[in-house]
Amino acid sequence: GGKMAARLSGGGGENRLVSLPLSRIRVIMKSSPEVSSINQDALFLTAKATELFVQYLATYSYKHGRGKEKSALTYSDLSHTAEECETFQFLADILPKKILASKYLKMLEKEKRDGEVGEDEDEEDDDDEDES
Amino acid sequence: MAERPEDLNLPNAVITRIIKEALPDGVNISKEARSAISRAASVFVLYATSCANNFAMKGKRKTLNAGDVLSAMEEMEFQRFIAPLKESLEVYRREQKGKKEARKDKDKRADSEEQDKSREEENDDDDERMEEEEQNEEEEVDN
Repeated sequence: GGKMAARLSGGGGENRLVSLPLSRIRVIMKSSPEVSSINQDALFLTAKATELFVQYLATYSYKHGRGKEKSALTYSDLSHTAEECETFQFLADILPKKILASKYLKMLEKEKRDGEVGEDEDEEDDDDEDES
Repeated sequence: MAERPEDLNLPNAVITRIIKEALPDGVNISKEARSAISRAASVFVLYATSCANNFAMKGKRKTLNAGDVLSAMEEMEFQRFIAPLKESLEVYRREQKGKKEARKDKDKRADSEEQDKSREEENDDDDERMEEEEQNEEEEVDN
């Protein structure tokens, strides 16, 4: 890593220093209501910082994740990073841990049972094999 | 905000390339991982912008400048980015200066060449040029 002179990106044009298209970065920045204007240097720096961020997130997650065992970077590695590493905690909401659907359904059923203490619903419950 | 979701995303091909170049050769990146990183990058931009904007407001400025972005990186605990960012910025500024000079030369030849400037480079040079005067005052805000 550390190569600053990236080749031409899909955006086309003369940005050798940065691959991410400044126009797109600008659109994202401007979507913030409080922002009035952005000077050119600030735009460039944000784009460059975003690249560094992508590199860092990827390498950190790979290094600390289990995907490495199979020479892969997986979603789980990323989610793990968001949860464990303070620097990346701002990503926790968009990189939630995944849960198997079957486990989730069991959780729901359990919550439902816990909430309905007074009722008799033996007939409906198929929970024989659920306690694991 | 009437932004369509695609507009706030970064180009997949570029993101993928950045990831690939950062990781060791031969590492497979799942599609899900790529997509997640792309989303994370967009969130990063928003977070950095918001943070930088706070610094601008503190300085009673309406235009985000380079110093604001660098201060934001510090605030967000990405200090490791600051040195490489400063380096890149130097190169970028030299480039931009070179371009300006080239344009001045063109101007001398024919006024109609002026139209070239509005050719939409990613830089949006013209829009931001007016704000650049502010930027020169505080380039590096060292906390």
